Amino acid sequence: MEISFVLNDEPVTVNVDPSTLLSDLVREQLSLTGTHVGCDTSQCGACVVHLNGDSVKSCTLLAVSVDGGDVRTVEGLSTNDKDLHPMQQAFRDNHGLQCGFCTPGMLMSAIDLVKHNPDPSEAEIREWLEGNICRCTGYQNIVKSIIAGAAAMRAAS
Amino acid sequence: MRSFNYHKPDTVDGVVSLLAGNENASVIAGGMTLLPTMKQRLAAPDDLVDISGVAGLAGVSMDGDMLVIGAMTRHADVAESEIVREKLPALAKLASRIGDQQVRHRGTIGGSISNNDPAADYPAAVLGLNAEIVTDKRTIPADEFFVAMFETALEPGEIVTAIRFPLPELAAYAKFPNPASRYAMAGVFVAKTGDGVRVAVTGAGPGVFRASDIEAALAESFDAGALDRISIDASELMSDIHADNEYRAHLVMVMARRAVGMALDAG
Repeated sequence: MEISFVLNDEPVTVNVDPSTLLSDLVREQLSLTGTHVGCDTSQCGACVVHLNGDSVKSCTLLAVSVDGGDVRTVEGLSTNDKDLHPMQQAFRDNHGLQCGFCTPGMLMSAIDLVKHNPDPSEAEIREWLEGNICRCTGYQNIVKSIIAGAAAMRAAS
Repeated sequence: MRSFNYHKPDTVDGVVSLLAGNENASVIAGGMTLLPTMKQRLAAPDDLVDISGVAGLAGVSMDGDMLVIGAMTRHADVAESEIVREKLPALAKLASRIGDQQVRHRGTIGGSISNNDPAADYPAAVLGLNAEIVTDKRTIPADEFFVAMFETALEPGEIVTAIRFPLPELAAYAKFPNPASRYAMAGVFVAKTGDGVRVAVTGAGPGVFRASDIEAALAESFDAGALDRISIDASELMSDIHADNEYRAHLVMVMARRAVGMALDAG
């Protein structure tokens, strides 16, 4: 099936089998490997992307269902290594990662959180991260990063 | 996942005609249960009918005294709806605690009740509030809708289009979530109306059910203390690696008391 959608601000048209998952489409066909597949059962959240501005798990989403939609992956957060998104910069400054595998999903979830709640408390951040698992258990600095990232996003808006 | 034919009709009639006579067709709403099931090959439909393109199936409105929620309304939209928060806050709160935020951005109320997972949250609200399930053919009372584990009164090819909730005087939902899946190990919805008290339990049994002893005690006196001498029969409750039936029976009473307290606080 041919589908067209906006991916990281660029229009794309691709042919996919109906059973193709969005995570496989972006990683295998479109070579955007920043979106990670951890559990492949919609529990770990490493595959979180934004669909029409909402965080969703791309491993549990048919590629055909984003036809006509707007998708943003972690690659779409910044255009170059020097000019990071405020949330990415906050993760860097606060060492909000250990092995880094869960980081793309953490970033995408965190940015969606700040969209809903510009000044989240630590408890609200921890509750929002229900769907993102860090198997290094590095939550302390992830939460610190999101508090800093939210402040930076507020300052930038 | 096995391959399938994908259809995305834009009317209810289009959905119904694709499903008619096709035993190997499945409806997909948000896909939060169906896609994982297909990935595990526990389901392998030949035809998948995506109803997300059907206009008019999503949204929240009031129809007289009834709160009407379209089948394709996502959990996040129920949780954030100003109408639901004002008219039926217990339901908005229930929706805000289903799964995680990413699931709430895809999962739908119609999908949840049609699937009738024995540990899902929405069936407790639908049964506890004595809601009506509107399909493409008829209106089904909640007491008749939930038949058994993963089984409803829906006929083959019949789809839910909306759920109509009467507004209670007091209501609340308390759940003890499994810490990994967030599914209810025991969830209790209590609702007090002019007609009496209804109490629906999810997560503990093989399907959502009404707890008549708890209802009778609360009808006498709607306070948590009224449940001090009540217990529920554990013999028909579920046991699994997370909790045995005795523990679930205990949790049901704890959640029932908690829900009554929350309902009184909110009222």
